[in-house]
Amino acid sequence: MFEILKKQELNPTVTRMDIYAPAVAKKAEPGQFIILRTHADGERIPLTIADFDRETGRVTVIFQVVGATTERLNHMNVGDCLQDFVGPLGRATHTDGLRKVAVVGGGVGCAIAYPVAKKLHSLGCEVHAIVGFRSKELVILEKEFEENSTRTVKMSDDGSWGTQGLVTDALRTLIESGEQYDEVITIGPLVMMKFVCALATKYGVKCVASMNPIMIDGTGMCGGCRLSVGGKTVFACVDGPEFDGALIDFDEAIERSSMYRDFERHRYEESCNLFAKEVE
Amino acid sequence: MANMNPKKNPMPVQDSAVRSRNFDEVALGYTAEQAMDEAKRCLNCKNRPCVAGCPVKIYIPDFIARVAEGDFAGAYRIIAEASSLPAVCGRVCPQENQCEGKCVRGIKGEPVAIGRLERFVADWHNANASGSVERPAANGHKVAVIGSGPAGLACAGDLAKKGYAVTVFEALHLAGGVLVYGIPEFRLPKAIVQKEIEGLKALGVEVVTNTVVGKTVSIDELMQEQGFEAVFIGTGAGLPKFMGIPGENLKGVYSANEFLTRINLMKAYRADSTTPVQHAKRVAVVGGGNVAMDAARCAKRLGAEVYIVYRRGMEELPARREEIEHAMEEGIVFKTLCNPTEILGYRNEGDRRDPKNGFVTGMKCVEMELGEPDASGRRRPVVKEGSEFVLEVDSVIMALGTSPNPLIKSTTKGLATEKWGGIVANEQGLTSREGIWAGGDAVTGAATVILAMGAGKNAAAAIDTYLQGK
Repeated sequence: MFEILKKQELNPTVTRMDIYAPAVAKKAEPGQFIILRTHADGERIPLTIADFDRETGRVTVIFQVVGATTERLNHMNVGDCLQDFVGPLGRATHTDGLRKVAVVGGGVGCAIAYPVAKKLHSLGCEVHAIVGFRSKELVILEKEFEENSTRTVKMSDDGSWGTQGLVTDALRTLIESGEQYDEVITIGPLVMMKFVCALATKYGVKCVASMNPIMIDGTGMCGGCRLSVGGKTVFACVDGPEFDGALIDFDEAIERSSMYRDFERHRYEESCNLFAKEVE
Repeated sequence: MANMNPKKNPMPVQDSAVRSRNFDEVALGYTAEQAMDEAKRCLNCKNRPCVAGCPVKIYIPDFIARVAEGDFAGAYRIIAEASSLPAVCGRVCPQENQCEGKCVRGIKGEPVAIGRLERFVADWHNANASGSVERPAANGHKVAVIGSGPAGLACAGDLAKKGYAVTVFEALHLAGGVLVYGIPEFRLPKAIVQKEIEGLKALGVEVVTNTVVGKTVSIDELMQEQGFEAVFIGTGAGLPKFMGIPGENLKGVYSANEFLTRINLMKAYRADSTTPVQHAKRVAVVGGGNVAMDAARCAKRLGAEVYIVYRRGMEELPARREEIEHAMEEGIVFKTLCNPTEILGYRNEGDRRDPKNGFVTGMKCVEMELGEPDASGRRRPVVKEGSEFVLEVDSVIMALGTSPNPLIKSTTKGLATEKWGGIVANEQGLTSREGIWAGGDAVTGAATVILAMGAGKNAAAAIDTYLQGK
């Protein structure tokens, strides 16, 4: 079974969990993801692998409580076991030959940006980490980014942490100051990635975005995670999750991500009520 | 004395008005009396054309003779010698093209209801058999089976009966493959599938779920590091096809695989399900095969008005006749000689944040007429000039067939595949790699449960010969 080895609250809505999954840990690479179910009859949800240790069989996931399943996951504790945990799925981040990269993370997407930065840093690549949060309370992995990048640029919407502004402001400043990147890798909310990709493309820098659409099986079977990239339909689970940011149809992806918004909101409220009752 | 009634004993079914509102099994099964009476229609003829028509060569007249005598346990033993999944095959085999298609009684009247009798015997066994199965003596050889669908289960069952230590690897959280994610509850109750799998486990088969071979572990690792001496690939054809028309990525457009997986595997039809599925008002299912019928009948049960949209005529529908009839009885509307050209979506130009944006509102179609026969021998549909119209729907399900998943191919060096993705294998299922066999949809492209089972059995026999000769 997939035991929870460690649980750590990174901020009020974001949790880090270490799961015992030796088969996944053995094969995991940055950029890949897993699918888990908390309990029998549970929903299958994809989460990107935030870290792993092949020796101890540990796989780390970082998740934000956004719906019924992540709410339930957040109520599980060290020693509890997940029903299912399968992976590693998707393709690993392409890191070969990169010498200077800007890794641009936003919000909980920083959890996915971090292992990418770490791998590049360990390969001797010059990493500029540009990380943005709405405010200081929501900051995660600050120390990890500092330790695994040549330069860490901190941004917040309200100015309570680092510099006030958007990650795109920081990226523009760096590029305009003469920094020449082999690639920009961005992970975060779709709207943020859309503008990061547009900016990088405008300056002629290759940009890669990590997509996290709705999916079920994660093996190419359902097609629910499909995206348009360069006018072609691709499946994020097997063809991605990373794609050439200049070619992704972000508007379509944003629209598709809201397919079950009403259902999810309803289920989330139900599960919150349920947990509130248990606490009483 | 043979029963010379030219017609089969009818299958008791749930009333169509009732069943189109629930997910319970449609066909209720024969009673013992109905089964014995039907069994007496078999003439026990000498040349047994029915057996030749069966992909797994069940001794059909023998088991039917036992049913006629009321010896249901004896009938089950005969079926079980050849078939690993009788309760499944009795329900989903296209008997009309196989055993029953060859039945002598079918020349002047209806054939013996072999499928219904098989189902009766298997259900009787499941309800009455006293559990303990004797586990065969281990022969010390390890075989890996990839995929727990019909091909993999049949292969695993036959090898386990011979004493092999068989491990079945499944990518999803539940074993059964298309039997659990694809075929709906009302046609094949999932409890029956699980019972068959429990039977295999009792024989010693180990089932490992949550393992994507090609990702979690490779075939070469299984053979070199984990000591498996032979591997059978039964990974099916799970990759959905789309038409490539505008609007296919709108919200409310599903592949049949996604729609059926949400409903069957994830139980999205239940009120308490954690997995969502759209409860559309009007649904178009594009395609005319069994999967299209399954998707249409599921959509109907979720409360929609449902259209089957198919570019050829009623006669050309590739689905089983029985499935088409059931679908029609349940009120599904067949729009044949009709082909989609575009899916239309809602777009509020004044408000980009309107939550309705991007949801399906209709499907643009053209009418077709049948021209000259094409390479498949079926008359080629051609567009009727000026016939464009819009079918108002809020969901579209694409049931256009599936192709094999490239994951195994791309992670197994030296495994030859066809251009369209199918794994190259000979009649016994041997691939281009020593020690690796393949069968079922992964080799043939999308076909039937029973053909996949037959391929699994053939490969099991070949693997046995190979390992005994080693």
